[in-house]
Amino acid sequence: MHFGPHLLLAALEGLVTSAVLALTALGLSLVFGVMRVVNVAHGEFFMLGAVLAWAITTAIGGHPALGFLAALVIAPLIVGAVALVAERLVLRRLNYNPEATIVATIGMLYIIQQLALTFYGPEARPVEPPFSYRILLPWFGYSGYKLSVISASALLLTATWLVLTRTRIGLVMRATQYDSETAQAFGIPVGRVYGGVFALGAMLAAIAAVLIVPISQAHYLMGQDPLLLSFIVVIIGGLGSLRGTVVAAVLIGLSDGIISMFFSPTLAKIIATLLVAMVLVFRPQGLFGTASR
Amino acid sequence: MSEASPAKAYALHLGVIALLFVLSFLLPEYYHGLLARIMVLAVFAMGYNMLFGYVGLLSLGHAMFFAAGLYGAGLAVIQLGWSVPAAFLCGIACGAVVALVIGLLALRTTGVAFMIVTMMFAQVFYLLILYFASWTGGDQGMVVPQPARVLVFGATSLELTNPTVRYMTALVLFSIVLLVTLAIVRSRYGRVLVAIRENEERTKMLGYDTFSNKLAAVVVSGSICAASGAAYALLFGYVGSSFASVQYSILPLLWVLLGGAATTLGPLIGTLFMYYVIDITSGYTSAYLLIVGIALILLVLFFPKGILGSIRQRWLGWLP
Amino acid sequence: MTPLLTTKGLSRNFGGLRAVDNVDFALMPGEIRAVIGPNGAGKTTFVSLVSGRIQPSSGMIVFDGADITSQPAYVRVRQGIAYTFQITSVFANLSAYDNVALPVQRTLSDGRSKGAVRAGVMSALDRTGLADRALMPAGQLSYGHQRLLEVAMGLALEPRLLILDEPTQGLADSEIDNFITLVREIAKNATVLLIEHNMPVVMQLADRITVFNAGKILAEGTPEAIRENAAVQEAYLGTAP
Repeated sequence: MHFGPHLLLAALEGLVTSAVLALTALGLSLVFGVMRVVNVAHGEFFMLGAVLAWAITTAIGGHPALGFLAALVIAPLIVGAVALVAERLVLRRLNYNPEATIVATIGMLYIIQQLALTFYGPEARPVEPPFSYRILLPWFGYSGYKLSVISASALLLTATWLVLTRTRIGLVMRATQYDSETAQAFGIPVGRVYGGVFALGAMLAAIAAVLIVPISQAHYLMGQDPLLLSFIVVIIGGLGSLRGTVVAAVLIGLSDGIISMFFSPTLAKIIATLLVAMVLVFRPQGLFGTASR
Repeated sequence: MSEASPAKAYALHLGVIALLFVLSFLLPEYYHGLLARIMVLAVFAMGYNMLFGYVGLLSLGHAMFFAAGLYGAGLAVIQLGWSVPAAFLCGIACGAVVALVIGLLALRTTGVAFMIVTMMFAQVFYLLILYFASWTGGDQGMVVPQPARVLVFGATSLELTNPTVRYMTALVLFSIVLLVTLAIVRSRYGRVLVAIRENEERTKMLGYDTFSNKLAAVVVSGSICAASGAAYALLFGYVGSSFASVQYSILPLLWVLLGGAATTLGPLIGTLFMYYVIDITSGYTSAYLLIVGIALILLVLFFPKGILGSIRQRWLGWLP
Repeated sequence: MTPLLTTKGLSRNFGGLRAVDNVDFALMPGEIRAVIGPNGAGKTTFVSLVSGRIQPSSGMIVFDGADITSQPAYVRVRQGIAYTFQITSVFANLSAYDNVALPVQRTLSDGRSKGAVRAGVMSALDRTGLADRALMPAGQLSYGHQRLLEVAMGLALEPRLLILDEPTQGLADSEIDNFITLVREIAKNATVLLIEHNMPVVMQLADRITVFNAGKILAEGTPEAIRENAAVQEAYLGTAP
């Protein structure tokens, strides 16, 4: 294969990564933006979505599309419910203190991960894609499912954007993000908004995981990379900016896909992590500058 | 912290050291190795406590200081053939240098950003160990050869692989670090650190350069953690990348939270207690990190002062 | 005699607001200067600029002949500018003793000696009448005593310029009398810059008064002159007499 088609393939793979990453990172960004909570367990909600997708498709059987569609609806709902319970039982009682909530979400990370290990096991398990149509390009064939992941993600991002900018729910969320005390004074049920946002953030990660699991298999440790990448995206893209999150996700996804074709993945991770840490040190306004109002 | 009862405080600490010494004659063989390990890791926790407890800086990257000591000492023996004391000092020096560089960068941030930045630097450190696998042994790690783990004093030589020698060496390190910590905490420097934790802005307005003071605390903390890592490599003979992973940044936080942040003996109690809990539960589940997770959440929710912190608040106000 | 402190064209903007607007100010060594003015006149912002807690948008600050505009706050403290906070910000969880020991141990050339620190701390606590409460956590002291502790901490810095930001706020009348005596005593060795709302206190203590309004100096003079000043009365009462 020549360099051109090679690059096209890398770009397509990168776009798939970007699509999933944008959804996951958006969840993290919403939670940090509205609640000022850094959710270290975000990657585990992603993992939980994938593992549930496997469980649901296995339980339903029949045509793969049937199980997949069921998983696409049910898995995020279950993950959202788990997140809601965690928010009620833990984060709320900590009064959303930023440092205490980080420690608590680290605890959640271990609990979810180890429960998955106990009940799901250490194996990586595949989920069959809902359809296996291959699109034939002049140079190579490409999975139609992967392309549909990209469009599904674009659709969901647009929907989220509409909800955030055009509806009352979005307005309430933005008001809470801007000044939760004033919002409370104006009769916005801030506690319920926080619960809803935390659940929504986890559900976005779960949806992303269900979309990716026919491509990359479910495993109990699969939450680590999405967590790191989401942090990177949110820090680069800037806080609470949907557009920034999407642009950064595409950037990171594409470069991840292209770089890992030419460099060792470990080296790529080292460079990316170091760069982002430096962004935080020297340009804190990127993400956390607005944290101390 | 106050001027009251220095004698009581020193007596208590010397008593704890004496107790650990006596225990080596009373406990069965199996516990020697376990307690030696706990004492070395308690040093790690004490280093963490220096920064988290007394200065109020919550780092999520202390595994890199422990690992700097671990690899600094381990590689010095394995790759360079250095003697045990030289390797130990090399480990501490590595930790101090890493801490200085990380401190200069990370202290430009505060609060949540500080936590994330330290976690990311530690991740870079971990990945570097994996990347230079030909030197470090990658995720397989390396064994420090037994013949090299010997302390030579003139004609006599002590084999660190001998359980009693290992226990006593660990006890010596633990005692030194405990007394040094106590001295720092009671010193005027310790008073400044606590003042920074309580109100950094006010401390500046008393004429203190808080950045330099915090940087010094990071270096002291990092060096103590590195001493723990170096001792671990030399006493237990294994150098592995898992000690640099995020998990080993979380564990000292857990130990300190459990024992009581900003108490000198809290790290030992927390480490001891957590080992004991995991030892019991390992009979039921292999997923011991589950216990770690549950303990973290319960501690921040219901018991943020930890064991000794609560005791100090209720009964023993003089506890350092 | 050269002034201890001067500012030239000192300004500070917050967004569109000019909190301090092109202020030229001079303070002579040894005087007690009161700064008064309505709420929001820029008094606290002005002394925050002098102490280095915030950076000016433009202008310069000269202390004892040296330009200190770009120096960080802690360096200014070391050169002798002490600031006591408007909102009491003692270290609530530390004992009164430790609160005062922090400035004492830094000021002492021989701060390593526990005896010297102890002597310095107890003398500052004695002067403010807090000696018998030395071991109490500062947060458990009464409000008035916390204010006095602030002053003790300021004193322990052995400042050449002591800035007191509304020190009598919330004090009882009897405490205010003691306070006035204390400030007179401090002024024997130091220059005092006092932000104060309580006019009787200002009139008793101040050698000169500077009146701020809308970020600028409206008037400056002896207490008698300020009392007679029509512009000041207008700023305070909103009407010309």
